[in-house]
Amino acid sequence: MKNFFSNLPEQVKRLSILLVIIIIAFIVITSFLVPKDFGLIGHYRASAVQNNANVKLQYAGQEACADCHDDVWKNKLQGFHKNLACEVCHGPSAQHVDAPDQFKPQKPRDRNFCPICHEYNPSKPTGFPQIISTSHNPRKACITCHKPHNPTPPQTPKECEACHGEIAKTKSLSFHAEIACTKCHETSEKHKLSPRDNLPGKPTKREFCGQCHAQDVKSAPDIPKINLATHEPRYVCWQCHYPHLPEAQ
Amino acid sequence: MENNLIQIDKKVERRSFLKKLAVVALAPLTVRILASDDVKLKKVKKWILDNGYIPGDHKWGMGIDIGKCIGCGRCADACKNENGVPREPFFFRTWVERYNIYENGDIKVDSPNGAIDGFEYIPSKNKMLRSFFVPKICNHCDNPPCVQVCPVGATFKSEDGVVLVDTDYCIGCRYCIQACPYGARFLHPEKLTAEKCTFCYHRIVQDKLPACVEVCPTQTRIFGELNKKASPLVRFLRMNKIGVLKPSLNTEPKVFYANLDMEVK
Repeated sequence: MKNFFSNLPEQVKRLSILLVIIIIAFIVITSFLVPKDFGLIGHYRASAVQNNANVKLQYAGQEACADCHDDVWKNKLQGFHKNLACEVCHGPSAQHVDAPDQFKPQKPRDRNFCPICHEYNPSKPTGFPQIISTSHNPRKACITCHKPHNPTPPQTPKECEACHGEIAKTKSLSFHAEIACTKCHETSEKHKLSPRDNLPGKPTKREFCGQCHAQDVKSAPDIPKINLATHEPRYVCWQCHYPHLPEAQ
Repeated sequence: MENNLIQIDKKVERRSFLKKLAVVALAPLTVRILASDDVKLKKVKKWILDNGYIPGDHKWGMGIDIGKCIGCGRCADACKNENGVPREPFFFRTWVERYNIYENGDIKVDSPNGAIDGFEYIPSKNKMLRSFFVPKICNHCDNPPCVQVCPVGATFKSEDGVVLVDTDYCIGCRYCIQACPYGARFLHPEKLTAEKCTFCYHRIVQDKLPACVEVCPTQTRIFGELNKKASPLVRFLRMNKIGVLKPSLNTEPKVFYANLDMEVK
């Protein structure tokens, strides 16, 4: 053995010392640089699993909603939206669970929201309820007819429409879509049997429209209001406004 | 760190216990060592998270029923809300594709803004044969190519089967983005680290559903355990004809598709 080392050429001795130094330096440096938990459960930092789990929650989950809003929850369970999570429409609401008064979840009430799912698209599976929003009661907010928590479509009476289809079609697209025919036209049951002998009534006075549209009555704020005394007092309303499509010029 | 390692008494399985009990009962003269070893409880080390979640006890997967997807894009939107994914239309952890297959064999696939703004109907001279939506997400492969190529060990398959990224350790070399055959990864424009779906890891450790599964209005997405018989996912796998994306690559995805069309890649 002694012979072996003494017979080694000088350069090999020096190089081997260098090699040993490099190996020791490598071991020392890696022990400092490689995190302690690296390789504990696999070829990765074990605490990275915890890091991934530490992200803040944004969606609380529908069980959290049901804890407080059990009335809405029970109502929703009975309708077509029973499988729809609350936060689909109301947006991420984990903050609302933490601080109910400070953070209020969104309430989408305009016409743009429901068609995200319900707009007609031929790629959608058959059977999914779809509408074409440009012709389905335009300008009306969806929630005037459909309750979002139990969205069964409203029953429209077909009685008048059977004969007065054109008027019904026109009215269904107008601001007056929700007003029943009989609100303005007093109609006796006999009108159905012999229509010409029992004509329905028509409002004749300005005050009739004024029930909703006069300045001093209490009606929904989005209904346009006028002053009955100064707004063209010589005419009756229908001479300028067509009641079945009041927005027409 | 080391506190997260706990000792758990692993119970001897009932079947093997009974077998060996029978051996002991029937042959009392057999060598004693056989019996004495069995009754001992084996000590096993397990990694545990701060809230008591043990990754080794779970194996997560997802089922997607293409026949139910309406392409509303709520999943992609919720994913961005939940995980703080940049809002620009190039970064998605999950997204929805529309497949238009025409009678002359043409296939058009599009995903405008990951379906978050919905799909416009595209008129075409060709007659449509069939059309449908396909939600896409990281497949959480059991044999993940992205993990193989990472030079620093910053992306890994966790013990519960979820492929995660260690953002503190990632050097942003983009090898994993290149390696993923499903295009499920991207580079975060500000952090400059690789980003991907984590099955909403922070949610599943709290026993909550991933955000995309939570908000899906038609129950297109099913999430659950793969090796527990009572899980909704196992039921989904039992009740449907199942396919995975690019099975020829042997990545063994853990995202399973029902009603998968052969054109879907």
